[in-house]
Formats: sequence, C-alpha cells, structure tokens
Amino acid sequence: MYLTGMGTTAAMLSAIPGMGRAIAPERALETVDVALKKQLADVALNAARSKGATYTDVRIGRYLNQFIITREDKVQNIVNTESYGLGVRVVAQGGWGFAATDKLDKDSIAKAAELAVAIAKENSRLLSEPVQLAPQKGYGEVSWKAPIEKNAFEVPIKEKVDLLLGVNDAAMKGGANYINSFLFMVNEQKYFASTDGSYIDQDIHRIWPTFFITKIDATSGKFETRNALSAPMGMGYEYLYARPQDKIQGVTTLYKGRYDMLEDAKAGAQQAGEKLKAKSVEPGKYDLILDPSHLWLTIHESTGHPTELDRVLGYEANFAGTSFLTLDKWQSKKFNYGSKLVNVVADKTQVGSLGAVGYDDEGVKCGQWDVIKDGTLVNYQAIRDQAHILGLPASQGCCYADNWSSVQFQRMANISLQAGKEKKSIDDLIKGVEKGIYIIGDGSFSIDQQRYNFQFGGQLYYEIKNGKIVGALKDVAYQSNTQEFWNSCTAIADQSDYRLGGSFFDGKGQPMQVSAVSHGSATTRFNGVNVINTSRNIG
Amino acid sequence: MALLTKDEAQALLKKVLSYSKADECEVNLTGTNTGNIRYARNSVSTSGGISTYTLVVQSAYGKKLGTATINEFDDASLEKVVRRSEELAQLAPENPEYVSVLGPQKYAEPITYVPATAAITPKMRADAVAQSLQVAKETKTVAAGFMEDTTTVNVMMNSKGLFAYNTSTGVNFSITMRTEDGKGSGYATRGYNDITKLDAKKASQIAADKGVKSATARAIEPGKYTVILEPAAAAVLMENIFFGLDARQADEGRSFLSTTGGKTRLGEKLVDERVNIYSDPLNPDLPTSTWAADGRPQEKVSWIEKGVVKNLTFSRYWAEKKGVKAVPPPAGVIMEGGTKSVEELIKGTKKGILVTRLWYIRPVDPQTLLLTGLTRDGTFYIENGEIKYPIKNFRFNESPVIMLNNLEELGKVERTVSVESNTNYLLPPMKIRDFTFSSLSDAV
Repeated sequence: MYLTGMGTTAAMLSAIPGMGRAIAPERALETVDVALKKQLADVALNAARSKGATYTDVRIGRYLNQFIITREDKVQNIVNTESYGLGVRVVAQGGWGFAATDKLDKDSIAKAAELAVAIAKENSRLLSEPVQLAPQKGYGEVSWKAPIEKNAFEVPIKEKVDLLLGVNDAAMKGGANYINSFLFMVNEQKYFASTDGSYIDQDIHRIWPTFFITKIDATSGKFETRNALSAPMGMGYEYLYARPQDKIQGVTTLYKGRYDMLEDAKAGAQQAGEKLKAKSVEPGKYDLILDPSHLWLTIHESTGHPTELDRVLGYEANFAGTSFLTLDKWQSKKFNYGSKLVNVVADKTQVGSLGAVGYDDEGVKCGQWDVIKDGTLVNYQAIRDQAHILGLPASQGCCYADNWSSVQFQRMANISLQAGKEKKSIDDLIKGVEKGIYIIGDGSFSIDQQRYNFQFGGQLYYEIKNGKIVGALKDVAYQSNTQEFWNSCTAIADQSDYRLGGSFFDGKGQPMQVSAVSHGSATTRFNGVNVINTSRNIG
Repeated sequence: MALLTKDEAQALLKKVLSYSKADECEVNLTGTNTGNIRYARNSVSTSGGISTYTLVVQSAYGKKLGTATINEFDDASLEKVVRRSEELAQLAPENPEYVSVLGPQKYAEPITYVPATAAITPKMRADAVAQSLQVAKETKTVAAGFMEDTTTVNVMMNSKGLFAYNTSTGVNFSITMRTEDGKGSGYATRGYNDITKLDAKKASQIAADKGVKSATARAIEPGKYTVILEPAAAAVLMENIFFGLDARQADEGRSFLSTTGGKTRLGEKLVDERVNIYSDPLNPDLPTSTWAADGRPQEKVSWIEKGVVKNLTFSRYWAEKKGVKAVPPPAGVIMEGGTKSVEELIKGTKKGILVTRLWYIRPVDPQTLLLTGLTRDGTFYIENGEIKYPIKNFRFNESPVIMLNNLEELGKVERTVSVESNTNYLLPPMKIRDFTFSSLSDAV
C-alpha cells in the first residue's frame, strides 16, 4: 500500500509494531533456548489438532528494537523494547483462524490455539471457497542467521550517542538551523513450527541511521530541508563503518553498502543552504536521471506493489487497493510493462537487504525469481494459499507478519531493477541528456490504488543542459503513469553502480502491519517525463 | 477480559509507587481488548482478537530519566519494574528538556465508555459482515471491508499525587463495494464509541450504490474545479492542519504557521472567516479522554475561530520556556458546519465534482502544507444541481490552507474516520472553488 509517514519522532516510533516493553540494553543480547521454543510450539500444534484444525503453524517471536533519538546538542530519548509472544494460525472447516498470547505457559498457549480454531469455525459460514494450501515439505529442525559482522545491540550506547551528536555538531557548524538524527536497530528472533514438520529458528538484523536537516532564510521566512542519503539495511553496525571503496564521488558523495553519516551531514547542511538559493523549476518535459537513493521508492510503488498477488486478487480492495496488473495481462505473456531494458527480479535472499530471510513466515524456503523480463510481465509475488491460482507447484515465500501478535499475509519481496548489461557510468548517462534533471534521494511520494498514476519528489535536484550539470533546482516533482514511465527507460548504468534503497515501514493490511523491504538499482535514465513546479504561496 | 475498576486501578498503582526510591516516579497502566474481522472477495479473510495489559514506570533522578515496562502484576514483578526504571535513569544522559511531573489535576468526568461496545462478541462481528455480504449479493457487487472494535482503560498516577482514570470504547467500520467487472467502486466508513449506532447494512448499501453508479466513468480534463468533499475526503486533508498546530515548530520557523523573524500566525487570519475549528472532550458525538497522555486536563479549546488561529499546542517544556499555558494536542477535532446535506450542496452547484474519498495523501511542501493524493471510490461530475455522470479519478496538488480560503459553503457536520490516520472527526462536507486537479488516473 503505502509507506507510513516519517516526519516526526512520534510517528516513527508509533509505526513500529508491537513496540513491546522497555528493557535494559544488555537484555537484548540474551536469547531464548531453541529446545524450549520447540516444546511451546508443540503445545500449540497439538492443541489445535485436537480441536479439529487441519493445518496449524506457530510463530514464537522475540522482537527487539533500539531507538536513539537526538536533536542538535541533545539526546531526546533512548528506547529499548522487547516484544515476546506466540501467534497460532490454523485452518479449520476450510477457513483461517488466528490467535496470539504473550503468556507462554502451556495452558495459555493451548487456549490461544483453541481460540484460533473457534474463530476459524465461526467464520467458515462466510467463506465462498475453502483455503487451498500449496504443498510444503517439512524441513525438520533448521536455522538461519543474517550474515552480519557486528551486532548493533552489542555496540555501547555511548558510541551511538557520540556518533549522532557528532553528526549534529557537523551539520550545525555547516550552517544548519536544526537537525534531528536517529539510529534505529531491529533484531527479530523468530521461531516457526508447523504441522508440515518444520521447526525453523531465525535471527534477523536491520539498521537505519538517518537525519533531517532544516535551513531557514530569516529574511524571507523560507525554509528547506535535506534528509540523509542513507538506506535502511539488513545489516549490523558495520553499515556505519564506511570505507573509501563504498563511496561514489560526483555532484555529492553517494554510498554503496556502507554509509558515512558524518560526511553526509556536512554535505547536507551545505546543500540545504544551496536549495534555498536554487532556481525554481520550469514545469515541462524533462529526461530524468534517477539515482538509486531515489529510484528505489519509484520501483517500490510502481513495480513492487502492483505485482503483489493479494492486491491483484482484491484482498486489499478496501484499503491498500487493487492492481492494474490483472491476471489476463500475465496470462497473455506479452504485457509490455516497460522497455526491453527493464528486468525486475524478486529476491528474498539478497545479502544486506531488508527482506532477506532463510524461510518466510509460513515455513517456505526463500529464493529469487523474475517478475519483469525484458520489459514483459512474467510473474507475481505469492504465498501458499495463492500459489494454485498461478498454477505454481509451491509458494514463492512472500509471507510475513510484523509481530507474533499479527497474522502473517503476503508481503513484498525485495524487488529490484537489474543493472544495465553494457558498461555505463552515471556520467555516461548524464552526457547524453540535452534537457534533464538529475534527482538524488527520496522525497514526497504518492500513487493511486491501482498503481497507474504517481508523483515523486526527491532531496537534491540538478539541472542538466547539453550533457552537463549546470546548477541546483528546487520545487521539483514528476508525475507519470507506470507503464508509460517504465517504457521511457532508455539507459541503465552497469553493475558497479548498483545500490540498495528501502523502507522500514511499508504498510499494508487491516489492521495495518509494516514490513521492511529493499529495492536495488543502478542509476537509470527516463526520457520525456512530466515535471511540475510545487511552489505555492499561502500569504 | 474485564477491565480494572477505578478503585482496583488506584490500589494497584499506589502499590507500584510505594516501591519507588527515585526523586520522581510516574506510572501508566493501559489495558486493551481489541477484536477485528476482515473480508474481501465476498468472503472473510482474517479475523482475530487480543487482550493486553501494560504497566509503564518512569523514574527520574534530577533530569535523568528511565522507563521500564512489564505485563506481569504480582508484587515481585511490580517491585522489579520500578527498580529497573531506576537503574536505567541512573545510566541515562541528562535530558535538559525534562519538566517535573504534574501535581494533582481536576478532570471532567469522561463519557467515552459504552458497555454495549465492550460486550461485542466474534459472532456479532461475523453477523455485521454477513449483512454486508448480503448487500453485495443483492447488488451484484464484490465486498471488501474491515471492522475493528476496541475497549481500553488508561490509568495514570505519580509521586506528586496526580491520579487519572479513563475507560473508552470505539468501533471503526469501512467498506468498499466494487462492481463484478471492476469498472466501478464505492466506499463508506463509519466510526462510533457506541456499537449500537453502527448500521453495517446501510453503510454497505451506500458503498454499493456508489460502486454501481461510478462504473463506466468518463475522462474530463484536469484543472481547477469546484468540488464538494464528503467528510471522509475532507478529513484526510484537514488533519494535516490539526497535526501541524505545534507551537515549537512554528516558533522555530519550520511550519506553515511560521512567518519571518521567529514569528508565527497565531492571532492572524489564516482561512475564510466561516471556518471554526475546536476540540471538546465532552462533545456527545465525539467524546474523548478528559486528560492528555502526560496528565494535562483536556478542555474545550478553540483552534481556529472565524478564520483566525486562536491557539497552538505546546509541550510543557516549550510552554514553560515561552511563559504561556501548556495546551495539549487535541484528541478529537470538530469543525463547525451548516445545515445542508451533501445532496443539498449538489443542488446548489452549477458545475462541480463530488468527491467520496481521497487517497495516499502525502506532504509535498511543509512550508505551504501543499499535499498530493488522488480521488477514489466514487467521483462524479455535477451540472446544474445534479450528478450527471461518473468521472475518472484525478491526482490533486492542493494545500488545505489555500482550500479553506476558497471556501464556498459548508454542509451539515457528521462523524467520519480518516483512512490515513484512523482518527475520528466531526466534519462538514465542504464546497470549495478552484481545487487543483493536476492529472488523470486510470485507477478504479
């Protein structure tokens, strides 16, 4: 559906599901014994089976979050939370039922399983067809751990606070009027068991350092902002140990796999000032050169969401919406989604990505598959109870719940635009543009409920004339139609420029759940896109 | 799960405070029962329920704060959570903006709890869905909807003698009805404290009617049009003003309410003089808690009166710094309206567009509060006082501040729910001239 707003601290915190209880930082380093989790899971599996469930899965989740929140020279808050509990999902009389408990004694677990069966039976009278699950073999007792180098929860809080206050100091010395900076760390310790015979233990880490800089022109009262060019990543604290080889030099430094927050804040303060003086864009058609720090969000909204099968089928009709990529377009095998250069891959295994896991939340081993091949729609993103609709022999492993207390459903895999096959740099792309705009960083974003019409802004805009960057612009947003836009794709830089962007807060479902997902691309060119001017006057 | 009574809650929190050794201690207890049912493709998809109690303890040594939380309520656990918050406080850096906890406050008696809502069962939810599905069957439409009910108790006590207690109930229902060929889509949403006011069948009929009538929409040119925004459409624009009333942001020069040299628009005319916006926790149609999350009393407050900004919200820290009353952010917002129904507003419109719902609203420019988004689920062209035909959806770029300066007429106030924030408001339908639609969308 859409990404939840990220304007304020409160909004960011409230977007975290099942915030859970506050804990001491060192508590995050403790883990729960796998043998105990198996015992608890078996209680639920047996209780549900005895009440008539024909399929049951159990998720025992321990969700750890740490947030460090600062502004200028002050630490506003340090929050450590833990949420621990069990969710049980069953099929009974052909329908789904779900219940959850944070009381992990055998009696409470059995009661939750019984409640899930009772709900499934109550609702079965309102079913038009019974649930059909794609076959799934049990894996026995297995485990998967994110390949991180440095567990962020092990890094002393003082080191993190010093980093953020150092970043803030650099921005203020660089002329910023205000800066808010944040460090978010997530560890999902997830255990999954099902009546298929799987007992899967997984350890997942994510990190997101970010900031918002504001620069004000006191005379005019105008203000401009510049947000961090970081990406949330499926990594440990090593993301913040930037090396020279992780930087791409250009009109501003861009980051690949590692992030130099201090350097970006210095640049950000200066660029916020430049934005105040920048030329307001002349509306019209421009060739756009879109950096991966910007393009990830356009990919997310216009490719990731419309290829989600639950939207195509109508399960999100009341909220997130449906999709223009109806089944007939896929069945035709010739739906022209984009130009021949456009190859989009779904990948649940990409190292460093937010969506990387060994197994999804219904016990399916994860992999990768083509979604758009040479510009043509070839596949969707599906889970076990949808696979039969596509004639797939198995689920694609896209099931996720944001908490033990939330029911799992189809969520977006990492969806990425493949880099160009020909050797091309960012400069090569810019060289060929007569009248264009180079956009870096994500900004305002909005798309309709079937994913046709969208509008995006960014952080930094540079005017291109006759193959050269001639200066900064402001008040830029582009509007297009998904199919038209992807068909205007005329050049993609090569693999050496490929980078990940992403979101911690992709929202979908009712009650809404968030999920974290990455989108990779190299810098890409789109020809003749409609650009509007967003400046207004309210007196 | 039965909610704690006032006496039970008071006794429990007194016990928690008795363990405190810090300079200050504040305890918050929240208990929630929620239930939901979701359906799509004329069939129930998911449904569930969860009950939770959470106790939050905040201890302070000077300006050093620590917070700890627990969901177990035996004496040992209660003492443990207090000790844990004290340990964290001693490890924390000083927060220079910490303001000492409030002393005893006087609160009005809230009217937020309705026993019938608290007594809802899974069967009642399924029955409401069955009614909705019956409408779908009769109108040959495809239903997708969601119903969620919540019963909550909030309790607060601190070492300076403050005690606050509130129970509340609420139910939100929303329904989308699409034609079987996918060419039409209609929507309705309802929010109440009292479940007996919810008529799922009627809401479903309205959505189905709009769905059927919106099929085979025609494309008309984007541009500036007179629009009639139904309350659900107005809500997602208006709440950007409500959320943006923070005085500190305005004083710091980074809000649509900022002017030059650290000044704000407080006391200035911002919008049309017919605009009156206020909050009142005791309004019988939109009752809210009579105290804010930090214990400040919630009173009736005027935010915009005759188009003039009358009040901004202040944190206690910022109010102390500025030497003004610390007015908390409102829990429920009410905008005054007129006497006309949507149908009567249509009758008085020569040329215009009726908007049922707006979608994917995002800020484009915080300085002017410029927002973008799209119409959805029932957009109709009006000519000579009548709906002429359904039209294709539009993307808009518009600021609610500019919009309220282009006000033509306000209709009769009703309670509605924002699809973006899930918040309930009392808002009128509004007729606005020169609303800016910037492009067409093929979405249905």
